[in-house]
Amino acid sequence: YTHSLQDLRQAAVASKVFVQRDYTSGTICKFQTKFPAELESRIDKQQFEETIQTLNNLYAEAEKLGGRSYLEGCLACLTAYTIFLCMETHYEKVLKKIAKYIQEQNEKIYAPLGLLLTDPIERGLRVVEITIFEDRSIGSR
Amino acid sequence: MHLGVEEPIRECQYNQICTHNSSPMDTPHTKKKKIKRKWQVFPGRNKFYCNGRIMMAKQTGVFYLTTVLILVTSGLFFAFDCPFLASNLTPAIPAIGGVLFVFVMGMLLRASFSDPGVLPRATPEEAADIERQIDAANGPSGPGYRPPPRTREVVINGQAVKLKYCFTCKIFRPPRTSHCSLCDNCVERFDHHCPWVGNCVGRRNYRFFYLFILSLSFLTIFIFAFVITHVILNALQKPLALNTVADFEAVQKDPTGLAFLVLSKTALLDILSLKLVVCFFSVWSIVGLSGFHTYLISSNQTTNEDIKGSWSSKRGKGNYNPYSYGNFITNCCAALCGPLPPSLIDRRGFIQPDTPQPAAQTNGTGACPSNQVQSHMCAQDQCIQSTKFVLQAATNPLLHSQPIILGGGAPLQAKTSLGGPCSTLGPSQASLPSSIPGLSCGGELMALRDSEIHCHHHPHHQHFISPEETPSPTAALPCATHLGHNVHPAQLFDPASQDSLHEDSVRGLVKLSSV
Repeated sequence: YTHSLQDLRQAAVASKVFVQRDYTSGTICKFQTKFPAELESRIDKQQFEETIQTLNNLYAEAEKLGGRSYLEGCLACLTAYTIFLCMETHYEKVLKKIAKYIQEQNEKIYAPLGLLLTDPIERGLRVVEITIFEDRSIGSR
Repeated sequence: MHLGVEEPIRECQYNQICTHNSSPMDTPHTKKKKIKRKWQVFPGRNKFYCNGRIMMAKQTGVFYLTTVLILVTSGLFFAFDCPFLASNLTPAIPAIGGVLFVFVMGMLLRASFSDPGVLPRATPEEAADIERQIDAANGPSGPGYRPPPRTREVVINGQAVKLKYCFTCKIFRPPRTSHCSLCDNCVERFDHHCPWVGNCVGRRNYRFFYLFILSLSFLTIFIFAFVITHVILNALQKPLALNTVADFEAVQKDPTGLAFLVLSKTALLDILSLKLVVCFFSVWSIVGLSGFHTYLISSNQTTNEDIKGSWSSKRGKGNYNPYSYGNFITNCCAALCGPLPPSLIDRRGFIQPDTPQPAAQTNGTGACPSNQVQSHMCAQDQCIQSTKFVLQAATNPLLHSQPIILGGGAPLQAKTSLGGPCSTLGPSQASLPSSIPGLSCGGELMALRDSEIHCHHHPHHQHFISPEETPSPTAALPCATHLGHNVHPAQLFDPASQDSLHEDSVRGLVKLSSV
């Protein structure tokens, strides 16, 4: 964690905003890009939407049906799924990418503004939890 | 589906959702000594083995029966038939049989032991946030106004789908997700709860389940065919036990050749052998089941949807399955070879001391205010208690109130209940104080369908009791007060919202005593 993130941990939590799932495309993992009202004073709408859209694209990549996933599926079936003892699934690889992306976003953009994104996988892929911290002076760096 | 209520109905105490960390087993003493893994505090009714690696349902008896049946039948086949067949026909037969057997067992174990796609329950803050949204959506409620049911509509690929609110998990269920009453979890793409496999069948283990029943069909047909072959070959090789002239004539006249086998007494014993009997019955049921699931996969439906007829054209014109990819090949590939999502519940992770734990039914006191005494709460208990309060309120002549707040109108989730009434009543965190003796659950619940609806609304809000207010079984007015409290868990800690607390309780009182 960078210096600013550590400061955040000591700051008081004012509230939490939850960005819910968007099911209009079916059961794939996708989050609503609607800008929550509570964040209006804190962050640029464009920036927020870009973050969420990137997350959505990453999750779409994880769940994509295509040549690669079929190949992985068939290979796994043939080895009676023992292959996953040594290999990571494609989905898990993308989840790692997502975790890195979120940490990056937190460090560069959100922590200086007094916000913190929680990786949706820690909330069962139900919500993107954004913690709003009280003390704005942390942001001025 | 069945209720599975184990604990006797005890004295119910108020429970509250703590937004501080409170795990039933984490007392200040043990926290320093041992950090628990998440599976140890998992709120659902699952059993875990191998330190969280294996996850099964609570009732596993039938699973052991399945395993024993497969092992014994295959074992007998390999022991008694294979030597004969290997030497008389070809050694490829036991080899293929062996491969099939290993595959069947592998798929069975994989289907039984893996997480079917359980959705973790909402954290307290999430639950509070959703409640706020629901209340905002409902708008102000005057006397006699019943808030709309807890559903959200979403349009998927042009088809309107209703998302229901799960009272146990405190989330709006994603599409195709259903709450398994046996395991007490919401499971993604819920197919059914399979007792033979000892687990729910959902998004993450459907392909294992399907491959299990498919390979099991092949195995049973394989064993069946080769045992019959063995019987016939055996009968042909052994001298015929034809003792009388009548026997000879019977064999000559009989066109089917069955008399031949029957008279050959060793063959008769073989026919009656255990392997054949088991295989015969298995073949029809398993092959039938495989065929059914092949149909489901090709049309991308779940057993749940098929039984309810969610996408059948009988429901209405233009009713179609929005999840289907169009052609059956893509549907099959997607179901069997699609990416396997990882488990969302992180069984083996360690509990972080500063993260909020999702509201479990046996929520510990921990950092919570100490007035409340915690007791074991069964979800059904809470609804039973709240229903009893409704009955009290309804039947008490002093109040002259009728349960018309529950009156007419569209029934809610009660309509789609497949099990007993108790299993459909939204179990919730809230509990009402109760010292009402003697009211039995079954009859009244059956009779008052409205009570079910009431249960859905009120237990959702957290009910609090101050230490001074003790429940009185005879007076309905205090009951009404308790029922009327609609308080958010978060509000308990926020002094600024005491006003809304009062407002809510007044609103509740007005509701209950409305004429």
